[in-house]
Amino acid sequence: MTAAIEVRGVTKEFVEGPNRVPVLHGVDCEVHRGEVVLLMGPSGSGKTTLLSIMGCILRATSGSVKIAGREVANLRENELPEVRLKNIGFIFQGFNLFPTLTVGENVELALDLKGIRGAKAREASQRLLEQVGLSAKRDAFPSDLSGGQKQRVAVARALSGSPGVILADEPTAALDSHSGRNVMEMMRDLAHKHGRGVVVVTHDSRVLEFGDRIVHMEDGRIAEQAQDEAA
Amino acid sequence: MPPLAQRNLMHDKVRLAVTLTGIVFAVVLIVVEMGLFLGFTVTTSSIIDKSGVDLWIVSKHTPYIEQGAAFSERKLYQVLATPGVAAADKYIVRFAEWKTPDGSEQSVQIVGFDPYSKIGGPWNVVQGNVEDLKTPDAVMIDELYAKKLGVTQVGEIFEIYGRRARVVGFTKGIRAFTTTPYVFTSFKNGQDYARLREDQTLFILVKAAAGSDLKALQGELQARLRDVDVLTTKQFSNMTRFYWMFTTGAGVAVLIAAVLGLVVGVVVVAQTIYATTMDHIREYGTLKAMGAPNSYIYKVIITQAAIAAVVGYGLAMLVSIFVVRGSQSGGAAILLPLPMVVALFFLTLLMCATAAVVSIKKVTSLDPAMVFRG
Repeated sequence: MTAAIEVRGVTKEFVEGPNRVPVLHGVDCEVHRGEVVLLMGPSGSGKTTLLSIMGCILRATSGSVKIAGREVANLRENELPEVRLKNIGFIFQGFNLFPTLTVGENVELALDLKGIRGAKAREASQRLLEQVGLSAKRDAFPSDLSGGQKQRVAVARALSGSPGVILADEPTAALDSHSGRNVMEMMRDLAHKHGRGVVVVTHDSRVLEFGDRIVHMEDGRIAEQAQDEAA
Repeated sequence: MPPLAQRNLMHDKVRLAVTLTGIVFAVVLIVVEMGLFLGFTVTTSSIIDKSGVDLWIVSKHTPYIEQGAAFSERKLYQVLATPGVAAADKYIVRFAEWKTPDGSEQSVQIVGFDPYSKIGGPWNVVQGNVEDLKTPDAVMIDELYAKKLGVTQVGEIFEIYGRRARVVGFTKGIRAFTTTPYVFTSFKNGQDYARLREDQTLFILVKAAAGSDLKALQGELQARLRDVDVLTTKQFSNMTRFYWMFTTGAGVAVLIAAVLGLVVGVVVVAQTIYATTMDHIREYGTLKAMGAPNSYIYKVIITQAAIAAVVGYGLAMLVSIFVVRGSQSGGAAILLPLPMVVALFFLTLLMCATAAVVSIKKVTSLDPAMVFRG
């Protein structure tokens, strides 16, 4: 079965002035549809960088990155947005909703990017908001919502266009435990009931029970591999 | 597309007000400067343009109407004898001194024409009659300059170079670029007021016969007459306009001010649109992370700029109409013809689009990975 995301031997270096700072050292990782992968590790371990590479937001310095079986590591910068648009939904720690748009319009904007417009977009956004239990808030603005509700809108937005993979960066960090739990239950449902591959970067130990697999990172390596290498 | 551009623009009402104020100031400034330029340009040659004739015969190398030099009026008979000439008349435009009853003097421009043929006579007569100028000493001035010349009503007597001048009527809206009022009178009076000899004229105005070839007639007259230039009304009008607008530098100054208005407008609008973009930079980063191509974000920014342009332009035109109307009773007319109204609309759009480019450059270099940074 083709992995939703497959990274092999991925390295990443950032250029800071005259120096090249290595952040990832030959990372191998797979994410399959139907599973929730928790990416954990201390700050600076490279989990967000790995998430960005998986999401085609950053390009790996070397290595292979496959999205739904398609090699994307060699794509040009201007080809990556389309890969993101078709395959990946993002959920951010700070929600990143558009404050001047209503809840419905936030979802419709994501649909618009995917070419779904007009009545179809309204129907689709309504369905997505029902899925996250916020159809009653369709005309509300993000500033009228609680943190948990905002993140649910972000989930609905990420689901627009039915991407195969959902990448979430600290989705519970800004939420109370109840809201965080709701959001993680939603993530688990996305994987188990809707067959999406879900990757969650988190520091939050409360969400451990929702992961099918936990990948620990340390110093730019998958920790277990790093331990193996050390051994 | 959901109304992101409109909402972003409306979100910060103070910033929107600043943006619109910038556009309104820039457009009104351009209207005033360009309108003044047009008003000045039209005013410099209004006597020529409104003459209703086809050709002007002027002394050799006359650069503009106020510089007409005297030549023998006998040339008129040569002109009238030329095939293709329907009518011709002598004409005077020359500076003189008007003396008010209190003894003060004021420069005026005497316009001497034949009140029988009315060629080159006044237009927009609002009081009195052109025929009244057939009487000795009769003059007609514009309402705009009545106060300046100390005239309060028809029938009052003044002096021009010591000769009696009786006001028999008023015109409306005949401005002089030099702010030296025109004083319309008969050619005979004009000779006296302008201190010309009885056998001299400054210009001969020619009407071509219907269906005649104007260029050929111009050439024929030029060949027949010595020491004069034969110019079409358009040529003489353009020469006079060019002299006052560009040789004196008056028009250049006004044009420079108009360009400065444009620059100020672009800078103000660019600054505010840039600030609006920076306010929403994280949202644009989110859009990029979600997979929006740069063109999608450009569309949002350009739409914001276009909305600001259209609303700002509308407000600016309202202000401009008041300014233009107010100028009609003043010494300098500001003109706002329809082509300028249309051109300004596109100029405003261009100004705002140029301003948006600064923001677009910023968004182009935006790293979508910013969405993962705190």
